[in-house]
Amino acid sequence: MIALTDVTKAFGENRVLQGVNLSIARGESMVIIGGSGTGKSVLLKCVLGLVTPDSGQITLEGEDVSRAERDAFLARFGMLFQGAALFDSLRVWENVAFRLLRGRLKRPREAAREIAIEKLRRVGLGPQVADLYPAELSGGMQKRVGLARAIAAEPEVIFFDEPTTGLDPIMSGVINDLIREIVTEMGATAMTITHDMTSVRAIADRVAMLHGGLVRWTGTVQEMDATPDPYVQQFIHGRAEGPIPSVR
Amino acid sequence: MTAILDGSAGALAALGRPVLAVLAAVGRVAIFAATALGHLLRPPFYLREFGQAVLQIGWFSLPVVGLTAIFTGGALALQIYAGGSRFDAQAVVPQIVAIGMARELGPVLGGLMVAARVASSIAAEIGTMKVTEQIDALVTLSTNPFKYLVVPRLLAATLTVPVLVATGDAIGIMGGWLVGITRLDFNSATYLENTVQFLQAWDIGSGLVKGAVFGFLVALMGCYHGMTSGRGAQGVGAATKGAVVAASVLILAANYVLTELFFQA
Repeated sequence: MIALTDVTKAFGENRVLQGVNLSIARGESMVIIGGSGTGKSVLLKCVLGLVTPDSGQITLEGEDVSRAERDAFLARFGMLFQGAALFDSLRVWENVAFRLLRGRLKRPREAAREIAIEKLRRVGLGPQVADLYPAELSGGMQKRVGLARAIAAEPEVIFFDEPTTGLDPIMSGVINDLIREIVTEMGATAMTITHDMTSVRAIADRVAMLHGGLVRWTGTVQEMDATPDPYVQQFIHGRAEGPIPSVR
Repeated sequence: MTAILDGSAGALAALGRPVLAVLAAVGRVAIFAATALGHLLRPPFYLREFGQAVLQIGWFSLPVVGLTAIFTGGALALQIYAGGSRFDAQAVVPQIVAIGMARELGPVLGGLMVAARVASSIAAEIGTMKVTEQIDALVTLSTNPFKYLVVPRLLAATLTVPVLVATGDAIGIMGGWLVGITRLDFNSATYLENTVQFLQAWDIGSGLVKGAVFGFLVALMGCYHGMTSGRGAQGVGAATKGAVVAASVLILAANYVLTELFFQA
């Protein structure tokens, strides 16, 4: 469904992506792992068009994303940002229903509010949260609201950028389980970037490891545990010793 | 000889670098303004965001503009009276307060107060949205940040600052009148009659046009510095400071240019 071919991106002298090749099948949950600063977020933003690659091609069902009509293209995506990226000036339900209150999916405010409350319920939040502002929520609740916003318009593809960063282990487990359930239930294609191995095991159908600006390894979670690749083994076991320098 | 040439080239390069940097900055702001104006006339229009911007920029700036105007009008009356008494011209206080407020002090001080209050708040708000990925989130939600964040603020500031200026003019003239009748022994009815008879429509109109230009500049600087904010608290802080300084300087420069255009000798 999503294919990246020889994608490169540099910021000045820093060549973040140096020819990334990756494909994700429809309905598959792909998790991209890699150390901090290896370009995972940049890769995700390239697919969404938030960052323009220097070269290479990214296609969504065979169509070059750089030539796609932006609104129609973005309407197929949902995204959970690392810090949730909720709009401070809007109430929780207005955040969740943002896409339903404007643009081509616009509907009456009451109908949009009902959908928002339903999506909040889906991520384990009660209707009493709907009229609060994001600043009144805990980090875990903000992540759940971000997740509700990502699924509000029932997208075909959902991106998760470091979904458990900053959360305690229990809340991380809750978010991981929610992501897995929602992706399976909606039949959506998912692309998650994380370095939390618990998330990887809970969410992934397949795993890709990004290192040195390239996809170094891909496979299932079982294959990941069994692979002799020293980079993958060092990363998944969190060893300081190995081919990946600990000081970068 | 070569050393002299090298030295000259070095000096020219040192002079040229900041000039080029200023020109590049002007170019970036011009492109930003053109992009915003391009979005101004094309749908979608975000009326709710426009309404909120009108409240934030116009309504909530009224107290600060009003207070500035009343104290300035009062002080102006005292100064004109004191200055005028040197050549027996104390009677011109109502006329000079009126023309001073309507043509210059109303729009300039109103603009500067709005710059301090609004440019900083717009830059801080949009800058924070940028560093917390809220602007990226807008894009992924199929919403153009220019249309959603910049256009409503530009339009609201351009339309509401003239109203603030008109209100400030009236309050400033009232400040002069209050000081005139309580401290300078003017007759109330004569003071008001002199003010009304002396003021011409263009005195007020030119101030309102200035207000619209200043409002546009304030919002433009706030939005530009917010959208180009650097990372972290330091980046947002620098954006906020840059917005206020740039808006204030641009208001003073634009005021001179507009005054030349409107009232050249």
